[in-house]
Parts: sequence; C-alpha cells; structure tokens
Amino acid sequence: MSLRFTDARLVCPESGERNGDLVVAGDEIAATTSAEAEGETIDLGGAILAPGIVDLGAFAIDKAAFAFGGIVRVGLMPDQSPVLDDPGIVQRAAMMGKPDLWIHPIAAATQALAGRDLSEMATMQQAGARAVSTGRTWIEDSGVMRKVLGYARDCGLTVIAHAEDGRLTRGAVATEGETATRLGLSAAPALAEPLAIARDIALTEETGARLHFRQVTTAAGFELVRQAKRRGVAVTCGVTPAHLFLSDIAMSDFRTFAHLSPPLRSEEDRQAALAALADGTIDVLSSGHDPRGPEAKRLPFADSAPGAAGADTLLALGLGLVRDEHLTLDRLFALLARNPAEVLGLDTGLLRPGQPADLIVIDPDRPWRIDADRMAAQAGNTPFDGLPVQGRVLKRFKGGVEH
Amino acid sequence: MPASDHRPAAVLNGSEAFPHRHLTGIAGLQPHEIMFLLDEAEQWVERNRDRAKSDHRLDGITQINAFFENSTRTLLSFEIAGKRLGADVVNMHAAQSSVKKGETLIDTAMTLNAMRADVIVIRHGSSGAVQLIADKVNCPVLNAGDGWHEHPTQALLDALTIRRRRGDIAGQRIVICGDVLHSRVARSNMLALTALAAEVRVVAPSTLMPAAVDRMAVTPFTDFDAALEGADVVMMLRLQNERMNGAFIPSTREYHLRYGLTPERLQHARPDALVMHPGPMNRGVEISSEVADDTARSAITEQVEMGVAVRMACLDVLTRRARGVEGWA
Repeated sequence: MSLRFTDARLVCPESGERNGDLVVAGDEIAATTSAEAEGETIDLGGAILAPGIVDLGAFAIDKAAFAFGGIVRVGLMPDQSPVLDDPGIVQRAAMMGKPDLWIHPIAAATQALAGRDLSEMATMQQAGARAVSTGRTWIEDSGVMRKVLGYARDCGLTVIAHAEDGRLTRGAVATEGETATRLGLSAAPALAEPLAIARDIALTEETGARLHFRQVTTAAGFELVRQAKRRGVAVTCGVTPAHLFLSDIAMSDFRTFAHLSPPLRSEEDRQAALAALADGTIDVLSSGHDPRGPEAKRLPFADSAPGAAGADTLLALGLGLVRDEHLTLDRLFALLARNPAEVLGLDTGLLRPGQPADLIVIDPDRPWRIDADRMAAQAGNTPFDGLPVQGRVLKRFKGGVEH
Repeated sequence: MPASDHRPAAVLNGSEAFPHRHLTGIAGLQPHEIMFLLDEAEQWVERNRDRAKSDHRLDGITQINAFFENSTRTLLSFEIAGKRLGADVVNMHAAQSSVKKGETLIDTAMTLNAMRADVIVIRHGSSGAVQLIADKVNCPVLNAGDGWHEHPTQALLDALTIRRRRGDIAGQRIVICGDVLHSRVARSNMLALTALAAEVRVVAPSTLMPAAVDRMAVTPFTDFDAALEGADVVMMLRLQNERMNGAFIPSTREYHLRYGLTPERLQHARPDALVMHPGPMNRGVEISSEVADDTARSAITEQVEMGVAVRMACLDVLTRRARGVEGWA
C-alpha cells in the first residue's frame, strides 16, 4: 500500500521547509520527491505535512487528546498506578496505545520511585522502556542519583529528571514572589530549580551519563544548562507551553488550573524561557499532559493537585510561538518530534526516506478557541481556557495508516 | 486629600458605596469602600455600649458561621454581631461536619446553599477556600480568615481602632511585627492600612518574612528597634507555634530577645504610641504583660470591642440587597 502526498508544505527538522510531494510505501517514508507511486494520492492543497509529534513525558494515556493534538508517540512517565518499575508493567504499558498510538514507557529509575533502590533498568529496557526517570520528584540522596546516572549510562538509557530541590519545595504550591505573598500561598524560592540542576549536571559530568531535564523554568536553570552544553556535557532540557506563555500572575484568584509542577514562575523567568527557546538551550517542547478531574482541582488552591491537560493545545500553542517569531517552523518540529525522539533513542521525527511514516497534516491558520468544557482530553483542566489560537490537525498517520 | 479624610458615604447612595456581593478580602476594595465600612461600624460602637443592644434589621435572616478551623473569639464575635442584629445564627464546626467524612468543600458549600442561608461566614485553613465557596453559593460570603491569605474583618476592626484612638489613619507610622509569613491578619492589614495612606513597616526575622513583601507598599525590617523609631502604632502578631515546625526560629526565648515588645523597646516608638494585638497573646513571647496590660497604651481589649461593631456593619451591608433596603437593589 502506497500513499502520495502532493502540494504539501513539507516541514522537516533536518531539511527545513519547502513545498513538494512525499511518498509513503508501507509503513515507511519512501521518498520526499515527486516520485511516481502506486496507490492513493492525497492533494494537501498547501497544508503542512510534518513529522508526527513525539510527546516526551506525558502522565496519562489519553488517546483522544493525543489524536486531537497530532501526537503519534508518547513517552509515558513512570508515575502510573502501579508505578512503571516492573518489566511486566512496562510491557503492558507499551501495548496500550495500539493500534493508533505508540506508547514508549519511561521506567522508574528507582524502585517505586522512592529514590532509594535502583530499579531493574536493563530488564525493563528489554520489556520496552526507552528511558528512565525520577518521575514527578527529585532524588534527594545524591549518592543514589549518582548510582542512577552511572547505571543508566551502562544500559545506554537517558535519565529524565525532575529538577527541584525537594527539601526547598516541601509543602510549597507556588514560587516565592508577589503573587504568592498576596495570595498567602506556601511558596518555595525559584532557586530550588538551579540548585537541583547544578547537582545533577555535576553528577552527569562525572559519570558520563545522558541527562534530560523534563522541564526547566528559571533563568538560572537555563544558564546552567547552557554552560553545561558548551562544556560538552550530554544534557538536554524541555519545557511546556505553560511556562512560555504564563507567569505566576495566572494563579491570581486562586485558579487551580494554574497550579502546576514546577509552579509558574516570575515574568523574568518566563522571558528567560523564551530566550532559551530562541538560542537553542531548550531541546524539547512537550505537553506535560497531566489531566486532573474536578475531584483534584475543585479544591482550595493549596489542596488541589498540580498538573494540567496539555496534549490538545501543544501544537496550537507551538504554532503561536512560530507566529510570534520565537521559532521557525522547522525548529518547532525539532522540538516537538526529532529531539524528543532522540532522547528516547527512536529513529523518527524527520521527513527522511526509511523513517516510520508517522505524519501529521496541519492547517496552521485555522482559528479555534481553547475551551476547558469541550476538550478531547480526559479532563479539561487547562490554564489556557478561553484563549484564541490557530492551527488544527487535519490528518494523522501512524506507520502510513490514518488514525 | 488623604484617603482617610474621604467621606464618600455622604455623597454616594446605596449600593454605590459598597458594590461588592461578598467580603472575601481587603484586596479589591477601594479606599472609600473601606472607609464606608468603618463609618457604618462607628454607629454600632456606641449602640453596643447601651443597655439595649438589640436591633431587628436582620430578623428572619439565617446566618451560618461555617468554621472549618478552630476559633473561639472570632466565632463568638460573629455570633454576637448576628444576634444583636436579630439574625438566626447557626454555627457549624468542622469537627461536627461531614468534612470529616471526606465531603469536599464545594459539596459542603452546595449543602449550605440548599439550606437557603442568607449570609455565610467562613473560616478555613486553606488560602482561597472562601473564594471557592463564594463562587458557588447564591448568598453573600464573609471571610473570617482563610489560610495565610486574608482576614478582612480583623483589618477593618484594627483600622477602626486606630482611627478612633489616633483620629486618623493617613500618615500614621504603623509597625506590624511578628510572623508575617503565615499571618492573614498581616496581609489584610497591609492592604487596608496602605490603602488608607498609612506608612506601614513590617518586622520579622527573614525566615518569617514573605518574599517580595515590599511590592505591597510596605517597608520590611528585620531590626525591630529600627522599625519602631517614631512609630505611632505597634501592632504585634501572634507567634504561630503550630506552624513553625521548629525551624523558623531557634527558640521562643531568642525570639523574645529580638522581637518581643517590652517597655524598654517600646521607648523607641513615640511616647503616645498605640499597642495592638489581634489575640490570643503569647505573653512573654511576642509581648510582655507590662505592655499588654498598660491601659494607657494598649488597645487590645478595644480591638475586641471594635470587632463586634465591624462585623455588625459587614453583616448589615452585605445583606442589604437581599433585604430590599432602599438604594441597594
């Protein structure tokens, strides 16, 4: 079975952006030229054809939201129930997306994510784990973190870390600053992030491991990552749209949809995140998809659970960054597809012959309004409720098959 | 013109003087709205000193005091205020409520709403809990303290006390000392007193000082003696031992050394400086008994008296629309 896309605006993190055709044979990309092909021809009429999104670090398998958002592969965080710390559980998680979605489990770096004992990384890798992670929390014990990094390096696995010093953030629901003070919320200094990053970079440098910070959100944190990259340390980092578009002011009126982890930062840190996006310090843009139902969000702010649904809105908000000239379109897809694939050790995310035909067709100009009550996600807790955006996924292909 | 000289009640009619449905905090109130509530409270001060204290304007009104956090004096103050106005006052204590059985705050709010309360007074241990309830019910909601956030009637009664004792609020140098980080009283007072053009200084060890507090138009100090220079009012806060976890200060003895208000230390303030405390006091910790009991300087019992008057005024004003008071439709 072959497919031929014609009159496409091809966007590839490797070869850039150009108008042309793309041919799919079976489940792979066969050619990115106007080669002859048997089978169906799809005239895209100038719409964007791009690699399917690889969402690194989602907390829930939410197929409807991923389909809406153009996400074809999901790096699933180990913070599940039960925790992804057992080969059988990892194997089962890897199967759960079929047939329309790839689930790539990220295994717990320590047993039960407790930060004490190493998990069976190699065994879980055999069962389908693509990386290991500290989950939502920071490993407090530096000795354990050093062992995690060293052992993961031996296995060829990237460690995906949460970067906040847990001793500083204990009990906190916000970042210290005027907003938290006015609202009387328990807050931790933004310094909790660079403190954690500095330690983990030092350990990574020493062990020769590969480390990915799932979210970096502070100016000081970005600077540490920037400097480490210059020294050649194998460190990468990600961010979610929330920390690029919102500052802690979004928590005003005790809006629990803006209760996130890490918490929203100051406007200065938000500007630093945009700068880090522009200069290449940030490698991955992910949804942080963590849908929370009303039982977790319709509570006083401090009692509510952190997290937001993000899969529905990731692409549209990413296109907004392009529209605002923070990014080029091909760089956006490096952040959304190629770079997260590399963190997970997957050979995908490019429009290159031989790669899996995981593709999305996008109308970048179609306007819509984010509506918490009408989202595809399991729960509509988005801090972007009511925001007008542009860009919708028209078609989504996994392995050359439209889903 | 200083904000405290503003007397809009004379020129504004009815709901224009206080257009808010709820009183969830001082934040969001205009200076003239704060002054309006103080003016309204003023009439109840004298009235409460009469033998016949009862008024019947809230006859038939059901006032529910829903206290999810323990309180004696605030609950009693709201109960007396409601009863003096003729309301049917019902107290709901968290210990007796279905909250203990796992019911969510919103479910509790919906239950209170279904019982057709006319005004709900809430105290809760979480910042923002009162706002959450206010968004879900049909009647006015009055914040009696939520977490570290706000305690607006305390700030109003403090402002009323200062205005009566000092003649004015604008231009007064007011020092607030103690656990500012965990204090809803401090937050509401910072908002109210700066809105009324007072000079506000806050004093605490840096471990108990909120970040960026200077952006609330107050001046932070860690040296109590320096802060007290030329003070017109010294407002002490309770050291909230239950929130300390032993890590914010080395000991209460050391705290008293640096931040306890003693007669010697009070000499840094103006000779006629007023001493205030929202109670309950930790005598010998944040305040010495000599200062607390000096009736010439201490306004602590007067604050309690003003509390009833302020709460009567707030209950009256917030229920005017429902009662069909002329000009409040």
